Parts: sequence; structure tokens; C-alpha cells
Amino acid sequence: MNTQPQTAPSRLLAVHDIEVIYDGAILGVAGVSLHVDQGGIVALLGANGAGKSTTLKAISGLVQADRAQISRGHIQFLGEDTAGIAPNVLARRGIVHVLEGRHVFAHLTVEENLRSGGFLRRPSRQTLEQELERIYAWFPRLKVKRRTAAGLTSGGEQQMLAIGRALMTQPTLVLLDEPSMGLAPIIVEEIFDIVAELNHKEGMSFLVAEQNINVALRHAHYAYILENGHVVSEGAAQDLAAREDLQHFYLGGQVS
Amino acid sequence: MTFFLETLIGGLLAGTMYSLVALGFVLIYKASGVFNFAQGAMLLFAALTFVSLQEQGLPFALALILTVVVMALGAILIERTVLRPLVNRSQITLFMATLGLSFVIEGLAQGLMGAQVRALDLGIEDVPLFWGDVMVSQFDLVAAATAALVVTVLALLFNRTRIGVSLRAVADDTRAALSIGINLNRIWQIVWAVAGILGLVAGLLWGARQGVQFSLSLVVLKALPVLIIGGFTSIGGAIVGGLIVGAAENLAEVYIGPYIGGGITPWFAYVLAIVFLYIRPAGLFGEPAIERV
Repeated sequence: MNTQPQTAPSRLLAVHDIEVIYDGAILGVAGVSLHVDQGGIVALLGANGAGKSTTLKAISGLVQADRAQISRGHIQFLGEDTAGIAPNVLARRGIVHVLEGRHVFAHLTVEENLRSGGFLRRPSRQTLEQELERIYAWFPRLKVKRRTAAGLTSGGEQQMLAIGRALMTQPTLVLLDEPSMGLAPIIVEEIFDIVAELNHKEGMSFLVAEQNINVALRHAHYAYILENGHVVSEGAAQDLAAREDLQHFYLGGQVS
Repeated sequence: MTFFLETLIGGLLAGTMYSLVALGFVLIYKASGVFNFAQGAMLLFAALTFVSLQEQGLPFALALILTVVVMALGAILIERTVLRPLVNRSQITLFMATLGLSFVIEGLAQGLMGAQVRALDLGIEDVPLFWGDVMVSQFDLVAAATAALVVTVLALLFNRTRIGVSLRAVADDTRAALSIGINLNRIWQIVWAVAGILGLVAGLLWGARQGVQFSLSLVVLKALPVLIIGGFTSIGGAIVGGLIVGAAENLAEVYIGPYIGGGITPWFAYVLAIVFLYIRPAGLFGEPAIERV
């Protein structure tokens, strides 16, 4: 466990031993603690059903929309407890969640998708246009498709759009759920490179849930391994990448 | 030929009245997935409020503005007390809630403002006009123009304003909308308020035609076939569905009616709806889900 005080100025997010229960009966996460420091890229690794998505939803407040609740433990963002705060309020405070499966607004155009993320800060028309251009600079492909209905773009473009839309909210912490899902390796690499660059150039912090251990560990600074709703291992990304047992685990084996 | 055209045009124009009612359903269904059975009651409530205010001697414009305010406040109240506590419940739960709501609103409207039939005069003369040989009703023309205006305003609202884009975003994906900070409760309040104002427009036209009374809330039942034919999620569908129902009713009454003894109008739309359910269950313009895993 960390020995730093919880309220250290660099501590962006601290999750203390949370348990999440769906529908009052089904256990989603049974005891997860983790933290993200300002300017960090932290990976949350694990197989299907390990509790990665649930952990992210607990942090963004979206568990409430899934009829689930945090039954134990607590979460602090920028030193403040987030219990019971609605997801849209958390978004205003700086936590944005890029959902698993991208969830772009299929019937809206690419540009309308991006704009919808920008409304949160109530920018002037001019500021909003500047923000759009900033996102297009990060994801030039989106500019080409700006007038296309988002549902008709490719999987990679949708993932970029989901991230771009999230960036429009001007977040402090981005929760990325399974960005590699269903995408070609070269696109996955491109997306992770952009994430790393956003982190490097703009100091944006990321918490990334991934099954694709290799690509995640290559770009993250620190990582947690989740299994059956528990954190079973954690460490600096390069240390974890060197461990051989994790490669088995990627295929569904146990962490020794 | 003239007679056929007259029947067709009369039907199409009357159909826009159905469209106006159906639009209120589409808005709420799109934004929250709720089939709002209370739309008819809201229509009655709006018309009754307007008539009562006019009876107090208020001028038309002032009564209209006050009624709009009442409908908007009512929408906020409904969102707070009915929708918010029931969020994430199953569709049937929400439907039952709106069913209950419709009785509460009807009871409230009649309790507060009386149950007798009121005349509503919008100052539109219902004199026939002639386009060449074809006779059309002036009232129907005004109704059709109103519907066209309403649709134009809605289209501008949805496509040109931030609220409109947010609203479509919520309709597409509620969770994603939440994740980027869109305030769902506020969107629902706006949608219900707009639906209430649509109810007012429809209520005034229907009320002027058949008098403001309890049976006004039963126009919901006429909106059902319109929605099934046009699709529950499409504004264009509500318009086209209304036109089809209106035209089909009129034509059927005139051309099929004599063979089976008339009285087709009350039920023909439902038969049409059932036929559509067989061949195109999503309706003509119902949005097929675009989903990627």
C-alpha cells in the first residue's frame, strides 16, 4: 500500500477498498483500492468479468445508472469524497468516462458528437470552435468525417470520436474502458500513442481498463491487475511487463 | 375527379391534426423511451387552462403565454415527482406511471376548472374556400399551417441549438450522454415542457373543433395508429403517419363506407395500423437501431 497521505496535492484519484453490488444481490467488485496521480497513466488489467468496467463506473458515478451501488469503501477525487454525486456533476468536476464499446451518438454527425461534449463548460461559440479545432488536430481523421453520421464510421474512428468527445469536456482525469476492443492492432497502437502524447503534452491523466496487457503496459506508468473483483497485483508498468506469469494470465490463467 | 381530390385533401388536412397529437408522444418517447399515455390528459389540461383564463377576461395572447408557463411548470413537477424516482425502471413501469398520471391530470383539470363542455373560439372562420373546383376547409388549412410551423420550429430546435443536440444525444445513448456531463433531468424537463406546449397547440385546435371537454383526452387513442404507422421515434413519421391516417379515413368512408353501411372513420385507422404491424413493425420512419458492439 502507498504511504503517502491521501490528500497529497498530486493525488488525483484515490479508491479505497470499494465493493459494488448490482441489483442489491450481484457482487461486481469486491475490494478494489487504487490511485491515480496527477499526470499519470494507470492501467487496470484483467480478464473479462474481472470488474474493470464496474470499477470505472464506480469512479464516474455511472454505476447509479446501472442500478448498482457502492456498498463499501469510498472514492476521493481531488481530495473530495464522490459518494452520491451524479455522473454529470462529476463530469463537470473533471472526471470523464469513455465507455466500453465506444457509445458514440450513432445518429448524430461526428461534429455534433464532439460539440455535445463541449456544452458542459458552456463555452462561447468562438471558444467551442477553437476546442473543435484542437480535437481535430489530435484526430485529423475525424475532421474528414465531420459531416458523417457517427454510426456509419469505422470502429477505430468511433473510438477516436469517443475519446475526442470526452476531451471536449476538458477533463482532468479520463477513464478509458477497453479502447482496444475489436480494433486492428495498428489502430490500437495509434490510439495508445495519442493517449500517451496527450498525457505528455497536456498533462492529462488516464485510467485505462484493458484486456490487452502488452499494449497497455507499454504506454502506462503504473498498473493494477484485477481478478474476480479483487486487486491481486500492482506495480510499475515496466516491472509488470517483465513478469512471465502475466502472459499466462492474459490467456485466462491465474496470477501466481 | 374533383370529388376524389376534395376527399383526399380534406383527409390530408384533417390528418395534420392527428400529427400534432402524435408529435408530443414522439418527443418524449425519443428522449426517455417512455410511452407517455398522459399526453392526452396534458392536451386536455392545456386547453382547459387556456379556456378558463380566457373566461376570466384575459386577452388571447396573455392567456396563451400563461398557459405555456403553466405547462412548463407542470413538466418540471412531473419530472421531479414521477420520472426521477422511477429512473432506470422497466418500460412497463414507466408506462403504468404515465397511465396513472393521465387520470391524476384529468381529475385535477376537471376538479379545478369544471367538467362542462366549453366553447373555444380561436377566431378562425370555418368557411369553405375554393381552389378551382376543389372545396377545402379554412379551419383545416390553418391547422395544417400550424403543424408545418411547429415542425419547422422543432427542426430548428433540434439541429441548430445546443439543447437540441443534447436532446438527440440523450435519445441516442443515455449513458454516454451522462458520461459527458449532460444533465438528464434538465433534458427531460425541457422535453416534457415542449410536449406540454405541443399539447397546448393540439388542444386548442381540437378544442376549437369539438369543444373543450373530457373527451379531448381521448385523442391519444387516435394518435396510436399514427405512431404505429409513422414510427415512434420519428418526427417526420408522426407527420406522414397523420397524413396517411387522415386521408385513408376519409377515402375509406366515402368509397368503402357505402358497401358496409358507413361508420368506418372510428375504426379504419386501427385496421391500417394492424396491417402496418404485419408488414413494417418499426413503422415507416422508425429508426432501426444502429448498434456496434
